[in-house]
Amino acid sequence: MADTLWSYALTVLIIAAQSVVLLVSLLVIIAFLLLADRKIWAAVQMRRGPNVVGPFGLLQSFADLMKFVFKEVVIPAGANKGVFLIAPLVTCILALSAWAVVPVAEGWVIADINVGILYLFAISSLGVYGVIMGGWASNSKYPFLGALRSAAQMVSYEVSIGFVIITVLLCVGSLNLTDIVKAQEGEWGVLGWFFIPLFPMFVVFFISALAETNRPPFDLPEAESELVAGFMVEYSSTPYLLFMLGEYVSIVMMCSLITILFLGGWLPPFPIVPFTWVPDIGWFLIKVCFVFFMFAMVKAMVPRYRYDQLMRLGWKVFLPLSLFWVALTAGVLVAFDWAP
Amino acid sequence: MEELLSGYLPIVVFIGICMAIGLALMLSAFIIAIRRPDPEKVAAYECGFDAFDDARMRFDVRFYLVSLLFIIFDLEVAFLFPWAISLREVGVFGFWSMMMFLAILTIGFIYEWRKGALEWD
Repeated sequence: MADTLWSYALTVLIIAAQSVVLLVSLLVIIAFLLLADRKIWAAVQMRRGPNVVGPFGLLQSFADLMKFVFKEVVIPAGANKGVFLIAPLVTCILALSAWAVVPVAEGWVIADINVGILYLFAISSLGVYGVIMGGWASNSKYPFLGALRSAAQMVSYEVSIGFVIITVLLCVGSLNLTDIVKAQEGEWGVLGWFFIPLFPMFVVFFISALAETNRPPFDLPEAESELVAGFMVEYSSTPYLLFMLGEYVSIVMMCSLITILFLGGWLPPFPIVPFTWVPDIGWFLIKVCFVFFMFAMVKAMVPRYRYDQLMRLGWKVFLPLSLFWVALTAGVLVAFDWAP
Repeated sequence: MEELLSGYLPIVVFIGICMAIGLALMLSAFIIAIRRPDPEKVAAYECGFDAFDDARMRFDVRFYLVSLLFIIFDLEVAFLFPWAISLREVGVFGFWSMMMFLAILTIGFIYEWRKGALEWD
């Protein structure tokens, strides 16, 4: 009896150690990606961006963290205090817990469950609760309107994200994320990745990911000129930090989801010598950083959408297009007997 | 059963650690930072005015419509998942059954579109 207990405790300890390693490296990477985001934005506008803290401003994010921690927590008098404080926690915890199923390299995954993509889909659907709770509990007008807009926007684009995932699953025949990457493996390297046969879906997914994470040009919930900061208006100090952290964690989550679904995960572009010298995790990081760079460039270059344009794009363009593409992909797979 | 559940143990541990990190970040400011609330500071932000009335006001019915439509289509997506991964097993018959289902939903979608449920002006 004692032996089994010990072996259980050991298993849990190993899992816990792996999780801590993954989460800490994730948070450190996000600290630098956040800086990269600001630097790219600045470079596009011919500014220099943050450059005071550390060499080239490399430690800016850590300075920001310290600043958040030392700020006063202001809780509005009219707010529902419990819900007000739970909302940022919900956003941050959900965003982080999605990472449990992401394979960053062959076998490097905390929980290799066979319904991985379904888990991701479920967790990202729950993300909208943090926004709604925060906006409602603030009992203030800007957060309320911001939360409504944000929730409507997030659910609208989730539908097309769902259809895009279905198209990829049709070509894979498994819900496991490791299997999805392995289905793109082949002697032709980059030509086997799904972004080539499913290119329109790749574009739809990229744009929906921008909208789903409230990134510019779809940052209407926090359009400064209209709603100040959307559902985050009343937040300060670490509750605000958790919202922002959750947002960036889900952005990087979306980048790695694009990498896994369309860009071949940890696979090298060609399975020949100079490319195979880079370890798997290296390719994964390179691809995630590349997608994040595209996210940052979009933020810097594209003007903000209007709300009716946003909803029209989601419901009248992406939804019919992705629905049609699901039917087309399934039809082709059945007609040529290519289904996996 | 044991086998099935043990695959999900890492997720439980992982979520636990995420909660610990979130709580630690949140509580740090409560412990370290000084708190001196005063009536002006804790008033709801409304561009410097006192709040005119309660913030939980009536809002546009289209937000409800969007969430209703979302439920329908999200259910549809959830329904597609098992079909998508077993396309080979269900074969041509399964394919056409799902196409019928999608066609019926598309008719509903066209109806919504023509009724103007998707219009925002």
